[in-house]
Amino acid sequence: MAGRGRGRGRSNLTFSIEAMGFAKGEGLPPSILQPTPLFPPMEHKPVPLATGEEAEYMQALKQEFRGAMKTLPFYIRPAAPKTDVERYSDKYHSGEPADNVIDWKPDWSRLPKELRIRVRKPVENRVSLPVDRMDRSSANHNLSKKEDVLLKLEALEKGEKAGSSEDEDEDETKKKQKEEEGTEGEEEYEEEELEEVTCMQMYHITQG
Amino acid sequence: MTAQEARLCGLLLREHFGEVVEKIGTHLLRSGAQNLRTIVNESGTPIDLVKKSLCVLMKHGACRFSIGRKGPGSPVEYQASCERILGILRYPRYIYTAKTLYSDTGELIIEELLQRGHMTMSSIVKMVADRLTHNMEEGRSIEYNEVVSTFSKLVETHFLQRCPPVSEVVTGPPTPESFSDCYLVPSVSLAGRGKRRRSGEDVVLDQGTTKKAKTDLQTHGDEGIYWQVNFERFHLHFRDQTIISAVASKLDQTSSEIVRTMLRMSEVTTTPSASCTQALSANEVFRSLPANYSISRPILDQYLTLLVDDPMEFVGKTGDSGGGMYVVNLHKALTNLARATLESVVQEKFGSRSARIFRLLLRKRHLEQKQVEDFAMIPAKEAKDMLYTLMSENLVLLQELPKTPDHAPSRTFYLYTVNQLATARMLLQHCYKAVANLIDRRLFQTKESKRLLEKSQRIEAIMASLQASGAEPEQLTEVEEMISAPEKQQLESLRHHINKLDSAENQVDETIFLLKSYVASTARITR
Repeated sequence: MAGRGRGRGRSNLTFSIEAMGFAKGEGLPPSILQPTPLFPPMEHKPVPLATGEEAEYMQALKQEFRGAMKTLPFYIRPAAPKTDVERYSDKYHSGEPADNVIDWKPDWSRLPKELRIRVRKPVENRVSLPVDRMDRSSANHNLSKKEDVLLKLEALEKGEKAGSSEDEDEDETKKKQKEEEGTEGEEEYEEEELEEVTCMQMYHITQG
Repeated sequence: MTAQEARLCGLLLREHFGEVVEKIGTHLLRSGAQNLRTIVNESGTPIDLVKKSLCVLMKHGACRFSIGRKGPGSPVEYQASCERILGILRYPRYIYTAKTLYSDTGELIIEELLQRGHMTMSSIVKMVADRLTHNMEEGRSIEYNEVVSTFSKLVETHFLQRCPPVSEVVTGPPTPESFSDCYLVPSVSLAGRGKRRRSGEDVVLDQGTTKKAKTDLQTHGDEGIYWQVNFERFHLHFRDQTIISAVASKLDQTSSEIVRTMLRMSEVTTTPSASCTQALSANEVFRSLPANYSISRPILDQYLTLLVDDPMEFVGKTGDSGGGMYVVNLHKALTNLARATLESVVQEKFGSRSARIFRLLLRKRHLEQKQVEDFAMIPAKEAKDMLYTLMSENLVLLQELPKTPDHAPSRTFYLYTVNQLATARMLLQHCYKAVANLIDRRLFQTKESKRLLEKSQRIEAIMASLQASGAEPEQLTEVEEMISAPEKQQLESLRHHINKLDSAENQVDETIFLLKSYVASTARITR
């Protein structure tokens, strides 16, 4: 059957060639045997972007919005996995994000009950947080009751002494981190204090 | 919910809420409504992170919960909303519109609300007042009342609305409009001024901070009443703006003012889903024209006739009483604007002759190969080539019309045609893909130059601290020289690229808005 059409049915196609616009004898264009290139060459260059005050203002708004969202508590960063051995200083360093604590206070009446998580307490009581977590966390930490009470008293004392100003507390914890971590922390501390004075555009780029 | 939309939603969530929320959000988008346990198991994320992400998504309206499918006893199911997440692209446009309509106060109100999803009126007012005070010079501050009045104006014009109350038994998606007190501003006792946040001085005053703690605990009588941005209203405003600017560019400024007046007058009388505004008589239009556009009555009539005769059909005449009854044809305007967009896309991509063929097919609906060549006045070979290119891009379709029941190819008509709605949908998906690519490229460029960006940020911080503590110029120049010249150039070009990419995203979003409005409007009409 394969050889029967030789010479006779060579150009028996399902469509008529004249209707397609090919003259008789003209070859069909060669068939393509590979997928189209990923970046095909463009014959026509695209129109330039709109410029002007409105476009620039909206672009600045966009970058500011992105930067602002990164600082809000809605930007969720997963807690870094603890790779090191448990250390004594862990219970005084509450550290930044913890998985089971939410940083902002939602209106729980608008959300289903099953989503309820503990809200992170405000900065004044931050020193007492490690104690609370020690109480509730799983069987790794077995503190006797006396030690609990002593630790709690210590923490409350510290809480009172540190005073009610947020900045001082933040500075303290930042200073502690700085001493531990070296120059990285120092720059963070400076940035934290001076973020308003930093050049806005660079801030946008790094945050966005 | 297409693959391109899902990819774009994922990127937007990642940029604004982090990778955890991105993972949960895309999982919900791809798999529909699910309960908490299923989400935890299928996405492989710890349950606490899932809970936090769901709280964030619900605060911003991107996700909602409803009673389980199996009845009242089954666990709550969560569903993400693709459209709401895609709306994040348009946030700069909303903020800019608020600025043009209600100046800085309105801009800040909308910005704060968009950043936080939904909030009570008292918290918004306090935050905005503090921000405004912070930006003003020393010694001046903003009264809460001023912010409250701008807030009330925003609510009156429906740009802000109350969040509908939440109940466990939710049958369908809650529509805010069905809530009767939607636009009712609560009477709130808010007296005070914006507080200026001083960086160094808060530490000193003990009394200042205890007072601050007290005011935070004050209730203002509007607990539980949350406000959100009414996106539909903004979209109506954008649609009107588009029509007005189209008239201005096609005809002239005066005609666009007339159309603007007509749209303004019918703002309250027209439902959002109407295909044309309520009929307005020429007398009413004449009376409501703005004072600085004093044109005489016959001139107004001439302008109206011109608008009616224009092939774009923005304005139509429905009667002769009252000097002529005129309507603005919203659906037709959107259709024509979408058609112009499609034509311009073909022109920019394939050249003006292919665009001529495309326009011809749009006008004449079905044409044979020979007729295309004749009407477009293009030689046969090139016309064939262009048609096939357009067909390979799915812009032009082939319709077979058999003459005989056996569909023999030599006895069948092959007609080329363009389906405007399908082409618009396809281009919409291309736009989503384009924006996703732009965001991807921006993230890639930022990641590549991460080291350089961090270094420059550190140096900025050091410079700022030196300047604040009053250092000599030599120290400053020394610090400046820590960045070498080629690095500065690299940073400059990086910033330039990122600005361009951001600008491009905003522009593609305008096209997305137009095409989506057209598709939605057509769907409403044909329903």
